[in-house]
Order: sequence, then structure tokens, then C-alpha cells
Amino acid sequence: MAITVRVPTPLQRLTNGQGEVACEGKTVNELLADLERRYPGVKERLCDADGKLRRFVNVFVNEEDIRFLQGDQTAVKDGDEVSIIPAIAGG
Amino acid sequence: MSLSKEEIARYSRQLILPEIGVAGQERLRRGSVLLVGAGGLGSPAALYLAAAGVGTLGVIDPESVAVSNLHRQILHASGDVGRAKILSAAERLQAINPGLTVRAIQARLSADNARAHVEAYDLVVDGSDNFSTRYLANDACVLSGKPLVHGAAVAFGGQVMTILPRRSACFRCVFPEPPRAGGIPSCQEAGVLGSVVGVVGTLMAHEAIKILTGAGETLHDRLLVFEGRQSRFREVPVRRDAACAVCGDAPTIRELTTIDEPTCREEELWPGGK
Repeated sequence: MAITVRVPTPLQRLTNGQGEVACEGKTVNELLADLERRYPGVKERLCDADGKLRRFVNVFVNEEDIRFLQGDQTAVKDGDEVSIIPAIAGG
Repeated sequence: MSLSKEEIARYSRQLILPEIGVAGQERLRRGSVLLVGAGGLGSPAALYLAAAGVGTLGVIDPESVAVSNLHRQILHASGDVGRAKILSAAERLQAINPGLTVRAIQARLSADNARAHVEAYDLVVDGSDNFSTRYLANDACVLSGKPLVHGAAVAFGGQVMTILPRRSACFRCVFPEPPRAGGIPSCQEAGVLGSVVGVVGTLMAHEAIKILTGAGETLHDRLLVFEGRQSRFREVPVRRDAACAVCGDAPTIRELTTIDEPTCREEELWPGGK
């Protein structure tokens, strides 16, 4: 069993159109690194040059915003669901 | 003032809903909504609000109709290409419902005019197409205490949330800062399907109708996400952030300032900024 990562629509072209992908890791940080290994190019869209999550990107672990948990050090485990939700502006 | 015979006939199918009724219809008629943008989201939102009988609709948009707008911006017709969007919007809305007051405002929402526009209406529906207008609309609504229905879409997906200032999470509580500023022009559009903005824009009208009538419960403290590739909705709970720059406990934004647009580099990374 792995962790389900829900990929937002603007990044689904990097995940072959998939809205959900399976990844592994013990923390959100590790999970994003694994996501990058499987789908290169994802991480630079989510994180700035220092590796910090961009301020217009939110990550939710089981529906809780990690900003209100332990940020990218928030623990994750098999069976968890992680959603990546960026601000979008189009209209 | 009670409803006329014509109004009773026109609105009969929503009047018989117990959540609407005569009282709700009168609230809609007394109600006023500012639509920011007469584009892909603003079109379905405005059409449904006009048809539902919202008494006063303000439409603010600086642009003219382009032929590439027509696949999704259903307020405008082929013959409108080159005309100001607010003109074709006003004509279409009045044609649907001649009883409305439509205020057509050909301007861009700006730090100088936003609060005056926002304060002239009961609530704001933001269907703009860029981050600077979105943060400006959010900040203006929070500072003026006006409910805001936020919606955005790109490619196959979109998001909707309702913001009840100082009561529920605002756009900045959820996304504290826009993509970095730089202001390089000529960023290309990322593409969007018309039916996707139709889904999101219709939900925005739905939220506005609920706010005006008090029917149902609004989409506040929840971010609703539409994933059009899979035709799936999901939502995440969001909450007010005590550290929010505009609605938090020690706000740093007390008046409106212009927010620069993201750079082209950010645009490439995150299509949908414009």
C-alpha cells in the first residue's frame, strides 16, 4: 500500500493525465521527492529554489492543511491521501 | 413591494421552492451583485443571476470581445467581436430579463476604484482572469465586509469558495501570496474548456443566489475543487488564518495596493495565471 497523491489539473500533463498517483515517503517532504522521481518537473512547480513550498500552493494530508500541522515535515503513512491544491486565476 | 403577476409567472418554478418562495424572490429583486469580469466564468454566472431575477447587476470588465473568447464566454455572440464586453453583456442580460438594472462598467478593477465599486453592491462574484485582480477583489471585499464568491478555472479544472469576510477563510488565508511579481507582459493563455468554466461559473451564481436569499448553506470554509478530466468534485476544509495579512488578528493590509502580475516564468510553471 502507498500514499495517494491527488495532483491538480494544471500538473496532470506531467502525470500522464492522472489525477491520482501513488507515492511513498515518511513525511510530506519525502513524498514530494518521490513524486519528483516518478514525474520529473513536478517539484520545481511546487517548491521554490530553496525547496520550500510556494506560498500559492497548499498541501493537505487527509484534508488538513499542512501549514496547520508540521509543514513539509508532516508525517504521512500508507493509506493517507495527500492533495496538492494551487491557487489558479483563469476565468 | 409584492411581486407582480408577470414576476409570479416568470419565477414560478423557483417560487414554489420552499427555500425561495415570495420572500426569497423579493430578496433577489432587492439584491445587487458586482460581477468582476464578463468572461468565461462571468458569463454563466451573470446569465443565471439575471434569469433568477437579481435586481441589480454590475459588470466590470475593461476588455473587448475577441473571436477566441466565443467558445466559452457565452454572454457574447459572433457579431460582438471587437465590441466592449460590457456592452454585449448588458444587452444579453437585459434581453433575458428586461426588469433588471444592469450597470456596465468598462474599467479594470484597481486599487483606486475597487472599494467604491464593491461597496455599491451586496456581494461580489469574482470571475476575473488574473491574480492581481483576484487578490484585489479579496482584499477589497474583506476591508468592505462584502461577501465574495471566488471561482477560477484552467484547462480541465476549477475551484470555488465563498468568503464571508472575517467570519470564514478568505482567499489570502488559503493562498497567502500570489505567484511572484515581475510584470512581464504577453504571457500566453494556458487553454481552458468552455464546459469547465460553465461548471464553475454556474456554481458561482448558485452561491450568490444562496447568499442573497439565505437558502441552503454557503460554500464557506470549504474549497470545492472540480477535476474535469475525471469529472470528479472534491473539497478540502479551509479555515481563517490568524496570521492572514488582510483578515487576521494583526493585519498588514489595511488599504488596497496594486499587486503585480506574475512573471512569464511563473506562468510557464503554472498555467492559468492569465
